[in-house]
Amino acid sequence: MAVTALGLPSERVGGRRWSPEMVWGTIFVIPYVVVFLTLVIWPVAYGVWLGSGLASYRTLFSDPIYLKTVLNTAIFLGVGINLKLFLALLLSGYFASVRPWVRWLSVIFILPWAVPSIPTIFSFRWMLNSEWGMLNNLLWTLFGIEGPWWLVKPDYALGSVVFIHIWKYLPFWTLILLAGRMAIPTDLYEAARIDGASPLQQFWYVTWPQLKNLYITSLLLSTIWSLGDFNSVYLLTGGGPADKTHVLATLGIRYAFNLQQLGTGVATVMTALPILVPLVILLVRRLGGRVER
Amino acid sequence: MSLGSPAIHETIATTRPSTVRSGTFYAVRRVLSEGAFLLVGAAILIWTLLPIYHMVMLSLTPLSDSFAGRFWPENPTLENFRIVFAEDHFFLQDFWRQLGNSIFVALATMVMVLVVASLASFAIGRLKLRYGHVISNTALLTYLIPAAFVAIPFYVVMSDYGLLNSLWALIFAMSTFAIPYAIWVLRQYGDSVPFELDEAAKVDGATPLQIFYLVYLPLLRPALIAIGTYALLLAWNEYLYAFLLLSTEKQHTIPVAMGYFLVTDDAPWTLLMATAIIYSLPPAALYYAVRKYMVSGLTAGATKT
Repeated sequence: MAVTALGLPSERVGGRRWSPEMVWGTIFVIPYVVVFLTLVIWPVAYGVWLGSGLASYRTLFSDPIYLKTVLNTAIFLGVGINLKLFLALLLSGYFASVRPWVRWLSVIFILPWAVPSIPTIFSFRWMLNSEWGMLNNLLWTLFGIEGPWWLVKPDYALGSVVFIHIWKYLPFWTLILLAGRMAIPTDLYEAARIDGASPLQQFWYVTWPQLKNLYITSLLLSTIWSLGDFNSVYLLTGGGPADKTHVLATLGIRYAFNLQQLGTGVATVMTALPILVPLVILLVRRLGGRVER
Repeated sequence: MSLGSPAIHETIATTRPSTVRSGTFYAVRRVLSEGAFLLVGAAILIWTLLPIYHMVMLSLTPLSDSFAGRFWPENPTLENFRIVFAEDHFFLQDFWRQLGNSIFVALATMVMVLVVASLASFAIGRLKLRYGHVISNTALLTYLIPAAFVAIPFYVVMSDYGLLNSLWALIFAMSTFAIPYAIWVLRQYGDSVPFELDEAAKVDGATPLQIFYLVYLPLLRPALIAIGTYALLLAWNEYLYAFLLLSTEKQHTIPVAMGYFLVTDDAPWTLLMATAIIYSLPPAALYYAVRKYMVSGLTAGATKT
């Protein structure tokens, strides 16, 4: 009965659905839909299935390496991201200067971001070698200090990992925050100066309120990306010494491919979901609104 | 020029005799703050260049000197580069082939990302496809999944598809992670292109396909350059997926080949660094060539928050 009642209007809607725009639009999204279904949905669903065995989690939680890894990941994220973004905030102020040579410096400063990560991480790795590396040689020659065993002592190794992560990604975030600063109307600063605001007050009452949203978005985005930063850890320390510098991303790979336990590998990554899911929801809300507009 | 500014300040001060003292005070303060500024600049320069200098220095050091721990090469030589180009070492047997693999993967990824993303973004943004916002949101969601987290199931799925050890597996993987971002940037950028142009073309009798390549693509050129470069660099730089998906030496890309240098304790570090420099130069050059597009593309969405 509903069919007869809606017969005419639905035919009209049906006619509009297959306008040339709709036909072409449908054809145009097919490649994306195919990619999405076969290369995103299918692997993710497969992963959820692989990581759904409770036994994997029992193996995981009874492994001291896993507990150490969770702690490492927390340190890596907590120290690495905050330090990186705070430095980026300061440096974006530095690079906002009108001095011409600062523009040249910014061109050089972007190098760590422009160069692939493998070469520079390997360069660091040799530099940090406690016997032959340049850093300890430098410390000895300049200050007569016997440098620490950077990649041999777990704490120093993790510190080195955080350092290289900051070195690599600082330019990118500085650039983002610099773009944010440049978007602040200059008359706000003029008004503040007329009112006799010191540079610090100008930052606190003009720059920060305008930059706060961008800073928080950057913080969230950087947390997600850093959770997936495999290279900084794997290529510098390989998770060693004695598997003491793993983060979740590298430990998952170790279980799956070194120990042939695919389920435990996926389970390792799944334990990051309590942090990852809220972050993703927050970010989709923050960024998604603009896409739909 | 910047060093000249205190001097200018001083001349202004002397032309107004009543403020000479405060003028000198400001000039001194100016010099001090300029000095601090330069000092920070020097620190930034050292911070940025030290690892890169170390890489260059090592690549110019003879292989026999690699354990000397020097600050500059005492007997600089290009021998390491000759060995790399001549494939004259166990670890470098397939260097040219692997370089070719890297180039092929990067270019194929770029093409795939540009085609899929521009078509999809046109359908969503311009043709107002009915469930367009759903597609936008799935793309954004995919963009927020850390690639390293899906590496294990992706590997298994690629093995099911029979693509293990094929360069296409890596191309598909890299495209999967670059397409969502590309769609997002194109959607942002596309909104700034006036819709009236499409309407005018339509009135003149253009089909959607014609509007796509005669209006949409030319106007989005800057964004296409940015995401094309992004995809190219992403694929060129990838280590984890390349390492997992490509198993034989003939199929390796350069990053994987470099990783295998470290399987021995006495790795030939000088050769590794020479390879690293050869491998780093093309992406760095490309990045600087299209820097303007990259900066505006990357920050297109971010700064509007």
